[in-house]
Amino acid sequence: MGKPKEKVIINGKRLDGRLPNQLREVEMKVGVISRANGSAMVSFGNTRVIAAVHGPRALFPKHLQEVETSILRCRYSMAPFSVDERKYPGPDRRSIELSKVMRLALEPAIFLEEFPRATVDVYVYVLQADGSTRVTGLNAASLALADAGVPMRDLVVACSVGKIDGTLVLDLSGKEDNNSEADVAFAMLPSKKKITLLQMDGLLTEDELKELLKMAREACKNIYELQKKALREKYIR
Amino acid sequence: MEEIYALELIEKGGRIDKRDFLEYRKIEIEKDIVKKAEGSARVKLGETEVIAGVKLGFGEPFPDTPNEGMLVVNAEFSPLASPEFEPGPPGEDAIELARVVDRGIRESNCIELEKLCIEEGKKVWSVFVDILILNHQGNLLDASALASLVALLNTKIPKVEDEKILRGEFEKPLPVVFKPITITVGKVKGKLLLDPVYEEEKVLDCKLSVCIRDDEKICALQKQGSGVLEFEEVEKIINIAKEKSKEIRKLVE
Repeated sequence: MGKPKEKVIINGKRLDGRLPNQLREVEMKVGVISRANGSAMVSFGNTRVIAAVHGPRALFPKHLQEVETSILRCRYSMAPFSVDERKYPGPDRRSIELSKVMRLALEPAIFLEEFPRATVDVYVYVLQADGSTRVTGLNAASLALADAGVPMRDLVVACSVGKIDGTLVLDLSGKEDNNSEADVAFAMLPSKKKITLLQMDGLLTEDELKELLKMAREACKNIYELQKKALREKYIR
Repeated sequence: MEEIYALELIEKGGRIDKRDFLEYRKIEIEKDIVKKAEGSARVKLGETEVIAGVKLGFGEPFPDTPNEGMLVVNAEFSPLASPEFEPGPPGEDAIELARVVDRGIRESNCIELEKLCIEEGKKVWSVFVDILILNHQGNLLDASALASLVALLNTKIPKVEDEKILRGEFEKPLPVVFKPITITVGKVKGKLLLDPVYEEEKVLDCKLSVCIRDDEKICALQKQGSGVLEFEEVEKIINIAKEKSKEIRKLVE
């Protein structure tokens, strides 16, 4: 980021032929891990993420328990084979930060106070990384939480937006991200129009940022429908 | 409980230390406070105190940027700064802070990294910014980002002889061309406030940190805390950050 190296928009089209405000092909499947309370797999193009929820369940050691509420724990991991050069397994600084911001993006959606002393554990695993992994992970985590029957105010819907070759675009691929002038990770609760994740790096004017937030908000409406459809596919036959 | 009192006051339109909502605490900046470092600074935001030190060393560049120096930002929440901090490897809060400071410096292109190349693809200068929290009385991010910037502005590149760094002898200043300023705005009960103290941070719904460059471009954003933000609030926060960053930038000029 910061300094683009390659052109990623040629004749107004992105490398994969998409228009600026077009999502990659989205695939969502709920209930993919039978041993978890809830689970989901979400793909945005070649980015593929699987999420599982265990809980609400008893929290140990006991001193971690909160008397009036349950706690949410979230861990984002990348599979060693998910990227070009093998990623050394285990948490690194990036995944520790992402785990934190994802937890905080999910928390406002969940009625944690319904389960005092318990924990809700969300595990997000990136199987294939091609940009926008944290927001794809959030969409998967949101579906997994709903699948687990965790009471929620709304689904959490996420997408990435950014600026590449001077153009404002939706859903950055890995190559676009590497050559971007700016990228924004965004999540919201669509029915109440509340933002739960907002991260940006790169260089943007205030107007560009406003435009990107608008673009993200519109895209989240569509992703929200896809999430609901994926849940219906498992539960309504 | 101090934080409940802080919240009650905010609801009534006041603050625990009698400041206005959009007023910063007193900022004290001291440069060159560590002789062994190539650049250093101490920033006090009221009682909050942070030291940033810059060390330079040789490094091998990343393959995709063979002619650029490297930047590494690290933060230590030392147990001396707060009863809440524990010894051991950095926790998620320290890692997040360091990464957000890193983003502000990196994305603003404030250091001309291509001028730190010694031998393309083989040898470049690595710039290590280490942040040490000395006293945690709230708003560590703004204090750390400011201390890091001041330290970088005062960093000198050491002389090199026979491929050895001559510590204490300097060739030229580190090429720093922008002054990114990070401003954190807290939200609680629908109200926005600047520079929250420790007790206020405990009761905030959430915060949004905005890094702004000299030309008013936004170079980093990070929402913190478990609350939610309205779209209009984001716009308001960016305007507050834009105005305040101008004021603070003057202090480092």
